[in-house]
This record gives sequence, structure tokens and C-alpha cells, in this order.
Amino acid sequence: MRALRARLSHQHSARPDPAPSRLAYRLQRLSLTPSFHRFLRVGLPLIATFGTLGWLASQPELRAEVQARALDIQAYVEQRPEFTVHMLAVEGASPELIDDVREVLPVAFPISSFDLDLDALREVIAELDAVADVSLRVRAGGVLEARIEERVPAFVWQTRAALVLLDANGHRVAPIEARAAHAKLPLLVGPGANEAVPEALQLLQVAQPVTARLIALQRIGERRWDVVLTEDQRIMLPEEGAVRALARAMAVDGAQELLERDVSVLDMRLAERPTLRLRPAAVEALWAIRQVTLDEDER
Amino acid sequence: MKDFCAAQRAMRNIRKAAMQRGVVAVLDIGTWKVACLILRFDGPDLSGEPDGIGAMAGQAQFRVIGAASTCSRGVRFGEIDGMAEAERAIRTALQSAQKMAQQRVDHVIVCFSGAEPRSYGLTGEVDITDEAVSEQDIARVLAACDLPEFGEAREVLHAQPVNFALDHRSGLIDPRGQIGNRLATDLHVLTIEQTAVQNLLYAIKRCDLELAGLASSAYVSGVSALVEDERELGAACIDLGAGTTGISIFLKKHMIYADTVRLGGDHITADISKGLPVPHAFAERIKTMYGGVVATGVDDREMIEITSETGDWEHDRRKVSRAELIGIIRPRVEEILEEVRERLLAAGFDQLPSQQIVLTGGGSQLQGLDGLAARILGPQIRVGRPLRVRGLPQAATGPDFSSAIGLCLHAAHPQDEWWDFEMPLERYPARSFKRALRWVKENW
Repeated sequence: MRALRARLSHQHSARPDPAPSRLAYRLQRLSLTPSFHRFLRVGLPLIATFGTLGWLASQPELRAEVQARALDIQAYVEQRPEFTVHMLAVEGASPELIDDVREVLPVAFPISSFDLDLDALREVIAELDAVADVSLRVRAGGVLEARIEERVPAFVWQTRAALVLLDANGHRVAPIEARAAHAKLPLLVGPGANEAVPEALQLLQVAQPVTARLIALQRIGERRWDVVLTEDQRIMLPEEGAVRALARAMAVDGAQELLERDVSVLDMRLAERPTLRLRPAAVEALWAIRQVTLDEDER
Repeated sequence: MKDFCAAQRAMRNIRKAAMQRGVVAVLDIGTWKVACLILRFDGPDLSGEPDGIGAMAGQAQFRVIGAASTCSRGVRFGEIDGMAEAERAIRTALQSAQKMAQQRVDHVIVCFSGAEPRSYGLTGEVDITDEAVSEQDIARVLAACDLPEFGEAREVLHAQPVNFALDHRSGLIDPRGQIGNRLATDLHVLTIEQTAVQNLLYAIKRCDLELAGLASSAYVSGVSALVEDERELGAACIDLGAGTTGISIFLKKHMIYADTVRLGGDHITADISKGLPVPHAFAERIKTMYGGVVATGVDDREMIEITSETGDWEHDRRKVSRAELIGIIRPRVEEILEEVRERLLAAGFDQLPSQQIVLTGGGSQLQGLDGLAARILGPQIRVGRPLRVRGLPQAATGPDFSSAIGLCLHAAHPQDEWWDFEMPLERYPARSFKRALRWVKENW
């Protein structure tokens, strides 16, 4: 009679060979190699990623399609009404300047705010003579806002060609047709006057006593100032220390009413030797007086 | 003395490289099992973590991180018998040890018990040129030992200087720096059969490993099973393996003799298998579970149930008393021990100051063996378990692992061998480097 129960030895003989095959053994050793681990963790993903990307990039039609789709998406976003700019608002400028700005700004509304190059636009506006400073921004509601600081005209500058307004820094503001429109602004004459505007401002300050008679400040030879007064009088100032020389002249005038007399030129160019030029009538009168005095002496 | 140890020198360099890398495997190829331990060398453990093991005389600089053993195949009498089978066994052990260690090992130190080791005691003498002994002098005196005729196809496994004598003073361990005129040395040389080594090298190579050292398992089990004073005063370690029984005699901390008896536990199993008669696997099972060498009255009544599957009910349902089993085992054990006694006598073991005998190896777990051995070998007998090393699993602390553990200790603290000293320049053979290269090429 055979035993019904499976024997221990029976199971034993059915056990598979515990030895790893040569391949399994080598694979296990490979998997325990640290450099192989590193390769699996870092190298393989890198190779797979870059390999796939490289393969995709090497297909021209695929690349073109991807580019086209990217452009579509970009265009779709840019065309959204949220990003559309409808109008230009200019603030802080006179009506003529606003017209000028609208004229020079190379923008056709409506336009997407992605297409606006604010820096370039700002340069364009800032190049206008009358604009001292400008800030551009896109305001909510699709409005391109330009906040402009205008130049304040301080002088009228007369050159041989035209009449021009200058601001306190000597920068051109705008050309004008007639002096009469800006009668209150002092007149500068002569080439190079715009480069000495700060000195001119100081001179005007000093020339307060003769403001009523002041016609213009004339730049002579692009180096020194003449103060031109009514009745064909002028005060010639030196290159250096013009303000000081004018102050001296004003002081003399204040004390002795010099300019009330028959004088055509007060020459302050040499500080140690101020000179007066008399009018012909005065000269003759002087000669006459001197003659009288001589005669009396002879007598 | 020609440079018989180019291979050993090459192996020593590989071992150094392995130490540098910090991980090395030790492989004990036995007849019953192949054990593999993976060691990590990372200096002494400074964490102060108490694991119940002390400094162990500086043996604590390594840690076992992987251990595995598998049933050995293709090995008879401690020699490789079937190449493919042995290779599979090595692969199995190594793979599971690597799996436990989670680390790959490329260098392996191997010990094996077979290949008919023979011991030779050599002496050499040389005049010292300077007044103090230098390293060069030691190399010269080692080279001055005249080698006996080993016989055809034998290779040197160990060549350890065991004693130095300077003029009339003998028993020096390290004569370097001492003053004297004439230096003499005693060299212990162990030779083995060349074919066994070549087979082993081939098997290791087929497992994609590099051989970083070879050792005799009789020697390394003595290293782990003997305690320090036993090794100092003189003791014999009997490693009762499955296929062979290794004998090593230690004196003054050096091995002075080693031999193997080609009898072991497998023969006991074969006797049981023939005598009862039962299958080999079952015989092994009842040997380990019920085996012993001294029968008492109780053993007559303790019946062992024997099952087999021949289909013959009477044959399959037998019972054998334990006394019968012991009656089969005992004569074979006596035969082994008597053979060992003869070898010990031939080696002059009875002349040693202390005649301690330590039984170790898987066979030493047989019940009552120490009593029987005391009657045959001598009164000073104990059953030795190997030293404890850090990280060793509990399953691998038994006496059957004493040679594997001894190999760990040997790897950590190798004994100086002949080839550790530079050869004297005048004896350098021409093209020795080329020859070493050729050897490496041939073997790896």
C-alpha cells in the first residue's frame, strides 16, 4: 500500500536548482554597481528626453506644425479684447502739443497691447521740442495714456532766420511767428545765445532797475553779452564776471543816474577801466564847455 | 631559491587594492557547504555602539555585511571535482551574500581544505652586512632557505617565517633593528597540488571575480578557533569537515605544521546510508539529529523512525534504535581520530610544551565527541567555536563557520609571508615582471 501523503524527500527532489544562471548572476552584479545605478537614475532619463526631443526636432513638418500652433496660440491671446488698446489720452499738454503728439505717434488704433513698444513710443514723444518729460502707460479700459510735462518758455530768441521760444535751460520750445504774441518774455539776440541762457537769467535778475527800458540781451561773437536798452543805449559786459560788471553798472546808474544822460555806450568790458561813449551832441557840448573854460584861462 | 611566488605576490597586490576599495568577499569552499562572507573595512568603529563585543585585539576593524552559505556541489575532499557544479555553488553563495550586503564585490579570498597539503620546515642562515638587521637582511635570509624537492606539479600556498635567531638568541619575532652578526630563520612552507589551485582559479574566474588571496582552511580555522594563549603555548586545531579533516599545529603564534586527513563527516553519512540502508539525505538528517558517539541504556529504547519510498511497507516502516546509529557512527569517528593522532605524532606534537587540542568544524558538533577524542588524542581537549566578529549573523557563528571566520581574520591581519619581503636584488631573475604579467594573463 502506498502512502497517500506526499513525502518530504519527494518535495525535496522537486525543488528547482537554487543556483542563479550565469546571466542572472551577471545582471544582479550589474544592478549592484553604483555607477550603473547612477546611469539608470540620471543618464538614462537624460538620454531618453534629449533623444526624443532631438528626433522630434529633426522632423521638419512636425517642427513647422508646432511653430504654427504656437503662433496661433500667441495670436489668440493677443487678440483677446482684454488686451486691446482703443485710444490715446494725452494729459498735461496744450492743445497744439496734443495735436503734435497725435501726429507723431506711429500707432493705428485699435491695437493689441502686446504690439505696443512703449519705450520706442516714449522716445518718439520725448523728441518733440516742447516736451520736457513724458511717461507712457496702458491704462485699464484700453487707453494708452501719455502724461506729458511741457517745457515752459522763458525767452524769445531772435536769430537771423527766425524767432524761437527757449525754456530756462536754453532748450527750444517752439518757433513763433511774431514777437508780439510773447511780449512779456525777454528777448535774446544773436547766435549762441541759447547756450548761455542761465547767465542771461542772472543778468535779467541784476538788471531789475532798468527792466522798463530793457529791449534785449545781445550775444556778441558767441562769447559775451550786451544789454540793449531803449534810446539806442547799450551796456557792454565782459566774458568773465558779466553779472558782477552789470551789478556795478546798475549801482553807478542808481547813484548818478548815468543812463539818464546823453550816453550811447557804457563799456564795462575792462573792469579796471569802465568807459563811456557819449553821443555826438554831448561830445560837441563837452567841446564847447572845454572851449569856454580855455578861453577864460587865456583871459 | 627561485621566485616561486610571483603569483602570490600578484595576489597580495590585488588584496591590497581590495582593501583600498574597502569591500572584499571571503569564500570557504568546503565539501559540505560553500560559505561566503562579505567584509567591509572601514577602520575601527568609533561610534561606541555596544554590541557585546570588545576590541578583540584589533580584529574589529572590519564588519561582515553579507553572509550566505549554500550546499556545496562538485566538491570532493575539499577539491573541485565538477567545474560547472562548483561554479554554480559559488555563484549561489556569492549572489545571496551580495544581496544581503547590497553591494557588489569583485575581489575574493578563498580557502579550501583539500589538495593534499604538505608541510616543510626550512632553515636559512646569512651573515649580516651592517651591524643592525634591516629589512633587506630578512629578505636575504628568507631567500637563503634552500627549498627541498616538492615534487611534480606542486605549488607553495603558505611560506611563513616562524622564528628568527640572531647569533645565539633564538625565538625572535621581529629581529629588525637588532644588533648581531648572523641571522637565521625557520620558514614553514605549505605546498599543495597545482591542479587543485588551477581548478579553483578557473572556477573563480568563471564567476567574474578576482582572486585576492588563497589560504589553507586548516590554517584559518586554527586562527579563529584557538585563543591567543593556546596559539602561543602550542595547540593543535582539528577541523572536522565533511570531506577532509584539517590539522594545524600552532606554536608561538605561528602555524608550524598543517595536514589533512581525507576522511570526514561525509564518510559517516555514507556509513549510515549503507548500514541502515537509507538514502544519503536521510542519513545526513538522522546523523545530525540523533547522532552521537557514546551509547547509553536510554539509547536502546529511543527509536528512530525510518521512512523511505520503495513501496515495500515492511521496508518503509522501520525503526532503528539510537544505539544502532551510534554503533555505526562511532567506528568511523574513531578511525578519523586515530588517523589524526598518527599525523600529530608524525609531526612531533607530543614534544610541544602544551598539548591542547581544539576540535572545530561541522563534525565537532557530534554529541560526546570531546569524550571520545580525549581518550584517543589526549586529555586536553575542548570543542572550539570561532571568534565573534562584528556583523556576523547568528546562523554563522557555529563551529562549522570557523574556517570562514578565520579567513576574515586572516584577511584583516595577514601573517607575513615570504613574498611580503622584497626579493634581494642579486636574486631577481631577468624578465620576472614579464613572467608575472604572463601569469596574470593566463589566470585572469
